[in-house]
Amino acid sequence: MSDSDHQASRTRVPMPIATLNDPHMGDAAKNPGRIEVLVALIFVVAIIALAGFGAAYWQNWSPWIIGGTMGAGLFLLGFGLTAWGKYLMPQGPFVEERHVLASSADERDSLAAALVERSAVVVKRRRVLGGLFALGSGIFGIVALFPLLRSLGPVPGNSFEVTDWRKGSLLVDSNGRPVHKDTMVPGGILTVYPKGQEANPSGQATDQTVLIRVQRTDFTTRPGRESWAPEGYVAYSKVCTHLGCPVGLYEQQLELLVCPCHQSMFNVRNGAQPQFGPAPRPLPQLPLAINSGGYLVAQGGYDQAVGPGFWERTTR
Amino acid sequence: MSAAPARTKRNAKAAQGPFGRVGNVVNELDDRLGVAKGGRVFLDKIFPDHWSFMLGEISLYSFVVIMVTGVFLSLYFVPSTNAVIYHGSYAPLRGQTMSEAYESTVRISLNVRGGLLVRQMHHWAADIFTGSIVVHMARIFFTGAFRKPRELNWTIGIIMLILAIFEGFIGYSLPDDLISGTGLRIGYSIAESIPVVGSYLTTFLWGGTFPGDIIIPRFYIIHVLIIPLILAGLIATHLGLLVRQKHTQFKGEGRTENNVVGSPMFPTFMAKTTGFLFMVAAASALLGAFAQINPIWQFGSYDPSKISYAVQPDWYMGWLDGALRIMPSWEFAGFGHTIPLEVFLPAVVFPGLIFNICFLWPALERRMTGDVALHNLLDRPRDRPKRTAAGASLFALLFTLFAASSTDVLANYFHVSLNVVLWFFRFATVIVPIIVAFVTYQLCVEMQGVHGIGKRKRALIVHRSSAGEYSTVTSDLRPDDERTELHPEPVPVRIDIEPLRAGSSAASESSPTGVRQVNR
Repeated sequence: MSDSDHQASRTRVPMPIATLNDPHMGDAAKNPGRIEVLVALIFVVAIIALAGFGAAYWQNWSPWIIGGTMGAGLFLLGFGLTAWGKYLMPQGPFVEERHVLASSADERDSLAAALVERSAVVVKRRRVLGGLFALGSGIFGIVALFPLLRSLGPVPGNSFEVTDWRKGSLLVDSNGRPVHKDTMVPGGILTVYPKGQEANPSGQATDQTVLIRVQRTDFTTRPGRESWAPEGYVAYSKVCTHLGCPVGLYEQQLELLVCPCHQSMFNVRNGAQPQFGPAPRPLPQLPLAINSGGYLVAQGGYDQAVGPGFWERTTR
Repeated sequence: MSAAPARTKRNAKAAQGPFGRVGNVVNELDDRLGVAKGGRVFLDKIFPDHWSFMLGEISLYSFVVIMVTGVFLSLYFVPSTNAVIYHGSYAPLRGQTMSEAYESTVRISLNVRGGLLVRQMHHWAADIFTGSIVVHMARIFFTGAFRKPRELNWTIGIIMLILAIFEGFIGYSLPDDLISGTGLRIGYSIAESIPVVGSYLTTFLWGGTFPGDIIIPRFYIIHVLIIPLILAGLIATHLGLLVRQKHTQFKGEGRTENNVVGSPMFPTFMAKTTGFLFMVAAASALLGAFAQINPIWQFGSYDPSKISYAVQPDWYMGWLDGALRIMPSWEFAGFGHTIPLEVFLPAVVFPGLIFNICFLWPALERRMTGDVALHNLLDRPRDRPKRTAAGASLFALLFTLFAASSTDVLANYFHVSLNVVLWFFRFATVIVPIIVAFVTYQLCVEMQGVHGIGKRKRALIVHRSSAGEYSTVTSDLRPDDERTELHPEPVPVRIDIEPLRAGSSAASESSPTGVRQVNR
């Protein structure tokens, strides 16, 4: 049979036909003239807008002209197409039967039988083989965890507990300038780092310390810390004990340090005890001293981990 | 052969059969793949018409916009925390040390042609994506579309919402600006708060302690490859299941549990939905053009010891930020260990609980109602007062927490103490959901009893006669009031697309209604 015979036989298939007379075709489809003109107009404006988009991009005009022309063009194209679909295409309501997805009881049983009985034959009676295979896969799973997980980074060790503050660390500001005891007036506040860490991101993140000078020269925040605040200079870790934001705001009158993230407030007078908000612990205090040149140094590191809580944090 | 027909256009057309080249392509394809039967069924696939069914389409199309704009951005963004000194065109930043990630984002925003527009479109489309998923989910929930047999698609939807939230957070963290860096620091501390594994999780993920130099490249590959790939797979599955199980529909003329009533895939639905794709893209473009979002060049690059006032995350993280703010400072410390409950409970346990309730809801409802039947017809929310009350209550909780994420701004704006605002929200978080649940339940029950609910009200006209007597008359029907729903018919095999002509042969062939009952 030649190709044309094959084609010719197709013409004989009788197919029922519906006309636009039918209410399911939509009202406007019968008299499409006005809608056609409207959609055409919308498309023409869209084309103009999209040409404008091209021109705006070509000329590197401002983003709102580029975006405005593109948005207007796309919107009108979409709007016109939707109107075309809504008014000029068969609307329905048309109906489609929903086929039952579920299989027959026989088919279900046959699947279940295959699963149960075949596994009984090939798995249950070969327990040793199955056990060995499971063991092999399990070992691979555990070994594979190392490249997948362990190699991502180091174990924490004591990295959450330590900072770069040491006995004698010179306090410097973000430009590396040391702080002389006459630098700050009472009421002043400055963010300081141990010398050498002021430009290092990880040093900035953990070592950041807020230095405040209060009015009183014999200032003791808590019993046992009598010598920690020489000449009214007091220093606290700037890492909030709630979620680690920098405790960047200082309420000078009330002598409160405020964290802008979740509004925890720490009282500078009593060792930065939390006075308000979700922070659970005081900011650790850095013991200060003044060296022979009159510059501020640390008496030692922090006596506890700075920043938010974590599982290994020892309780004191 | 001499009898061969002349090679005229007319003869060539006739040789192609009644459906021309397209018919030939169908024949060739069908010979090899057998596409004709299934293809015709697919083109006749029925999409029920209801405005709320397009909410999921918004998510789908905003995902398309995100993909396209994201590819553009990836051509310019440098995912690196290497320090560089800015020498670009923006004077306030000149001479500053910053990461390459931040520098390249500033360059995209201010120097790449169309870059700012595409960046803002990407960000807006991401917000639209997450938002439309939430609204779509609410529609599914309140109409009971999650019921058997569609529990699996409900589960996939929630997984996609969670992925979208992570994807959004990671995405706005990539520019490494001051605000996103602070957000990352908070994310780090939340991970750190998880008992036993927290510190390991953070050092593995960050390659050491915060901030490290690896998190931006890692987040980049998660953001541009891993999560989009999972999302694309889940979207395909979501749509595949939808085709397999077919749409749900509201009750109406001729609509049963065993059929679908609406308009056909081709051409009607395809035209409308493609138009909608363009309109969603247009909305992203117009927002990107006229509504500034995340102007990172104004924030400065990230410095762990700097912070700005009134920083808030993108909206879909707001409820978690609110929960963190109103949580009391209950840290557990003992036995040599610390559990930061003030972080772990609101930021890990609470969202886990919320999403698990969502995951389990279909099973919970099956158990509570004992209803294990298949459902293809949707509920009106008022017909299921308890479910509607539960959903409204959850939304009330999330909205209250969202509002609580601006405690400081509210205190400033209304000139009240922060303490008052905080305690207000602590109480409101408990009380508002209860009130909303109760009111919603009562409203639903009352609405069930109202006659003619959902139909347009006809106005009463009050007359006063010359004697001073008053009487009321119901106003005339308006055109829409009288329109009754047509009875649904199967999609006709062929449609005569020419506008009606007097005495057309096609018209005389067909039955009086214009449609022949078709037996296919």
